[in-house]
Amino acid sequence: MNIAVRNELRFLLNGEVVHLTQVSPTLTLLDYLRLHRQMTGSKEGCAEGDCGACTVLVGRLSQSGLVYESVNACIRFVGSLDACHVVTVEHLAELNGRLHPIQQAMVDHHGSQCGFCTPGVVMSLYGLWLETPSSNAETIEKNLQGNLCRCTGYEAIMRAAEEMGQSSNSNDTLVVNHEGVRQKLSELRDGSRLVLSGTDGEIVVPASADDLANVLANSPDATIVAGSTDVGLWVTKHMRDISPAVFINNIPDLQMITEDATGITFGAGVTYSEAFEVIARTIPTMGDFWNRIGGQQVRNMGTVGGNIANGSPIGDTPPPLIALEATVTLQKGATQRTVPLEDFFIAYGKQDRQSGDFVASIHVPHLPDGDKFAAYKISKRRDEDISAVCGAFRIHVNPDGIVQSVRIAFGGMAATPKRAEAVEKILLGNAWDEEHVHRAMDAFSQDYTPLTDWRASSEYRMLAARNLLKRFFLETNGQSVQVLRHNKILAEA
Amino acid sequence: MGHAAETRSSKQISGGVHTSRRHDSAHKHVTGSAEYIDDMPEPAGTLHAYLGLSERAHATILSIDLSAVRSAPGVVDVLTGADVPGENDISPTARHDEPVLAEGQCEFYGQPIFAVIAKTRAQARAASFLAKVEYQERDFKTDVSSAIEADYPHVTPPLTLAYGNADDALSKATNRFSGEMRIGGQDHFYLEGQIAMAIPGEDDEVIVFSSTQHPSEIQHMVAHALGTPSAAVTVKARRMGGGFGGKETQGNQFAAIAAIAAKRHNRAVKIRPDRDDDMIATGKRHDFLMTFDVGHDDEGRIEGLSAVFAARCGFSSDLSGPVTDRALFHADNCYFLPNVRLTSRPMKTNTVSNTAFRGFGGPQGMLGGERVIEEIAYAVGKDPLEIRKLNFYGETERNITPYHQSVDDNIIARIVEELETSSDYQARRKAIIDFNQTSPVIRKGIALTPVKFGISFTATWYNQAGALVHVYQDGSIHLNHGGTEMGQGLNTKVAQVVADEFQVDLETIRITATTTEKVPNTSATAASSGSDLNGMAAANAAEQIKTRLVAFAVEHYGVHEEQVTFVPNHVQVGNQLIPFADFVKKAYFARVQLSAAGFYKTPDIHWDREKGQGRPFFYFAYGASVSEVSIDTLTGEYHVDRVDVLHDVGRSLNPAIDLGQVEGAFVQGMGWLTTEELWWDDNGRLRTHAPSTYKIPLASDRPKEFNVQLATWSTNKERTIRRSKAVGEPPFMLANSVLEALSMATASVADYKTCPRLDAPATPERILLAVERLRKG
Repeated sequence: MNIAVRNELRFLLNGEVVHLTQVSPTLTLLDYLRLHRQMTGSKEGCAEGDCGACTVLVGRLSQSGLVYESVNACIRFVGSLDACHVVTVEHLAELNGRLHPIQQAMVDHHGSQCGFCTPGVVMSLYGLWLETPSSNAETIEKNLQGNLCRCTGYEAIMRAAEEMGQSSNSNDTLVVNHEGVRQKLSELRDGSRLVLSGTDGEIVVPASADDLANVLANSPDATIVAGSTDVGLWVTKHMRDISPAVFINNIPDLQMITEDATGITFGAGVTYSEAFEVIARTIPTMGDFWNRIGGQQVRNMGTVGGNIANGSPIGDTPPPLIALEATVTLQKGATQRTVPLEDFFIAYGKQDRQSGDFVASIHVPHLPDGDKFAAYKISKRRDEDISAVCGAFRIHVNPDGIVQSVRIAFGGMAATPKRAEAVEKILLGNAWDEEHVHRAMDAFSQDYTPLTDWRASSEYRMLAARNLLKRFFLETNGQSVQVLRHNKILAEA
Repeated sequence: MGHAAETRSSKQISGGVHTSRRHDSAHKHVTGSAEYIDDMPEPAGTLHAYLGLSERAHATILSIDLSAVRSAPGVVDVLTGADVPGENDISPTARHDEPVLAEGQCEFYGQPIFAVIAKTRAQARAASFLAKVEYQERDFKTDVSSAIEADYPHVTPPLTLAYGNADDALSKATNRFSGEMRIGGQDHFYLEGQIAMAIPGEDDEVIVFSSTQHPSEIQHMVAHALGTPSAAVTVKARRMGGGFGGKETQGNQFAAIAAIAAKRHNRAVKIRPDRDDDMIATGKRHDFLMTFDVGHDDEGRIEGLSAVFAARCGFSSDLSGPVTDRALFHADNCYFLPNVRLTSRPMKTNTVSNTAFRGFGGPQGMLGGERVIEEIAYAVGKDPLEIRKLNFYGETERNITPYHQSVDDNIIARIVEELETSSDYQARRKAIIDFNQTSPVIRKGIALTPVKFGISFTATWYNQAGALVHVYQDGSIHLNHGGTEMGQGLNTKVAQVVADEFQVDLETIRITATTTEKVPNTSATAASSGSDLNGMAAANAAEQIKTRLVAFAVEHYGVHEEQVTFVPNHVQVGNQLIPFADFVKKAYFARVQLSAAGFYKTPDIHWDREKGQGRPFFYFAYGASVSEVSIDTLTGEYHVDRVDVLHDVGRSLNPAIDLGQVEGAFVQGMGWLTTEELWWDDNGRLRTHAPSTYKIPLASDRPKEFNVQLATWSTNKERTIRRSKAVGEPPFMLANSVLEALSMATASVADYKTCPRLDAPATPERILLAVERLRKG
């Protein structure tokens, strides 16, 4: 064990290199910008990653090189920014006093009224524009899912976003300086472990997955922070102390996505956005489903590993992953163990994760040929909402029309993400037809006793869960039975 | 662009009235340099306040142990109601029912009972969790029905409007039925939360920066709470990050606490609640329970209507009186009710005190009235649009409202006719009915609903405004008025008026922050009145200066009055064309007063609340919309496929800004009627108090196809500012067609025989449960 230890956090902020030796684990990027640096362009609208008024871009070295992604500065911890490039709305103002083409389009199309959400909207659009200047309405809407505007009704913002496609990004400073920044971040990411200790607590950024194991061996009760889309709220809403905080969002060997004959393996630090391509390509219906997890900023920060490790009964990824027979690999010291995902969730707030354990990776087997699969999410608002009910269905019907295998899992219906075993039992070995589907629908009440809360009543949850099985049945028979905003081809395995 | 403006300038000024100009702060919005209060540099030693909230819906507070709060890191002071030096009351209607900090009891879950003052906001907030409060719980009621059952009091006297004889007409009606509708409330969700910063001055003076729609009220409330004259308090408000009515009275508490603490410690004090606390501790749109009894002929013409509008007002009156009044004023919408009795019941509940919100009760009243129309349509088996047309107010007869004002400017028939054609309503409705016959799961619906909205404060004395205009020696012009800027573009519009008056380019006009020092005794920027009132006041100020300038020219150049005209960026004096700045300079040397305070009061309005009669509104604004939706009858999920709008803003002062108001109001109204749901648990605790749980529309929720047109042919019959009409609130109610379209799609599962009676908001859950109900028959 010869890990070098560094006691200084270093990141780029617009055009400058920031060096920090004293950082509270709970210091958010937004507070750092606004309170420590008097950079007040980024606004606090909600302090929970839902409104996007604080949106900034963070550039980081990913598997595919330097990428800039929109994130919510309000729930992003400064401790997670080592070797990153933070780009704020002030960066856009450094263009000789001239407005950036996106800003000009927003002005020309009356895209701001009160102006409070505007810097965040501009930064979300900037993130999209850097990727591809001209996008269709669906893509623009997806990139604005995490930006609330209460004044304009979005129509003017959409007009501005379409206008920005007229401007090339090739002369943009972030594009021109891409290689220079990449080199700088490579230098900053020097392979050492970052440790910052102070009166406000301790921050650790391990150098590697093995180093993480060592760090946790010494402080098993440390708070593991990946995307901070959940832990961020412990701090901003409940003012919880998270020290010692171990940030794992930028550890290269936890960000691996590997595809082989058996399936796909995601390192625990893989974000939703990084996982999107392979998920959408290989699993039917999951592309659309994936794009309804949080908003763009949350998908850019949040991780599949975190969604599983926090054990929430309403996380979006567990139901489909359980239906797909995913396994989770936990590591403690040098020892790894692998458990089926459905067994990982033991009870509300209790997972099969012992002190010092961390989620290392998630393996999702390929969907066998002939299996039909769909994941559905029901929420009050279509996008950027938390599920009232989330159901995933996987079925194999043999050439005689008999159900040969079936796995159905739901979130929002019990204290944990849970399989619908009674429903499965009725379907298994029987004809995949309306009669058996209707009989199986009645069995949901044996599997689940859902709660009533602000997202939905017990009655609705049960009704919707039953009807989702019917939807799956109709869709496997080729019927289009969903209300869709943009035309889709529902994928089939 | 610059070039085009220059060549045009000789013929026409840039940015005059009736032209589309961007928001004056747009370039600052997009760069993040528009300054909101939390962005201002803090004076050295600024302290931060944070509220401590009650954790019972209704209880006697036996004791509050604040020792742990006081000894927490950074804490400088803790305030309770006893520390309010003046009166512990911020009731905006002088009913003395709303304490700054509650004493002895709490009346809703989340009521502020103390305020921590600390060196940082984080320290104040952390300490606010540490109080030990001993409660003796009392019974509580959080919703209208249970409050009525428990015989809870009204928070303010109810109103009855009556015209004709409702009882008689109902007893003789050809057809008669009754019904009810629940209409949900709405959180404002202004993106910038409540905030105030107070800076102490000499003697009893204090300056308060407040995110408020009503600086004068903040001034008076702060003075009241401090026990000082209003003249000691100055309130400043440059801009709000959204208001929507949520900053008409709700800023009082924060401003008062900041000011009290600032004077106590002789330090600047800032207070900004977290979003969750903002949503818990400040008022919202009123929820209503509307019950009605209606009689109609076989065609669907209304013969008599009696309706009661009961509202969840919360623990205190706040603005619930005028809000529930306005609900009644709009229950008729565009329809003549020959025999009608409308009664309000402003119910006390153990919830946060509800307040102003865009439309101010009007949307709830109108939605209830439209439900009556919809129910009649189902009863007689017709398209609701036919019933609407049958019952429209006439232009010269059948035009008396339930409050006995005649509708003299009725253009709804033309609006609806044009929209019906431009949206291809009839053909689309037929296609939808055909579609539904062959689509087992997905169903569609379409609806056309009209809007008529009364413009003026029903509190007649609020219909006044002031402005202050200075012309400087170099010809540049400083504009100040009593209205506040919350994103609606008021400052831009008023500046356009002043530019037009002087015939100078808009760039000549400097827009400045609203402050009680420059224009006193202002009304709230509310009731859609901002540009009507302040535009007129600013025009009046400009006219005064122009009159003096003309008199100067007559004397100095020896010409007749008629020979002096203000032409683009110049003054024409006889044969001489003098650049405006040169002319002003000459006037200055001739000792002409180049500053004026303007004033305006809306003429011809009066209202006798006791009698329920008068002319409360100067004029009406009209509009209509067609919405088409799809629903999934397996899950209740839905989508708004297309919306067409035709809206009346008279002669628009700024069509681009008005279009933005119409689009924004529609989507906000749609949120109110669809996904925005307020949910209280069994402890009386609001559980939807953040954007994670309270869902306002996203870009992907806006109508997929959204065609919005202004009725460019319309002109205000009354002499309003450049014959424009108010635009802030009326288009909010255009969203009513979304609810009715959802209703039609739902009704399709039972062959349109039964009105689905959807309550609002029509969440996917409500749609699915209605589908199930109708299917069971």
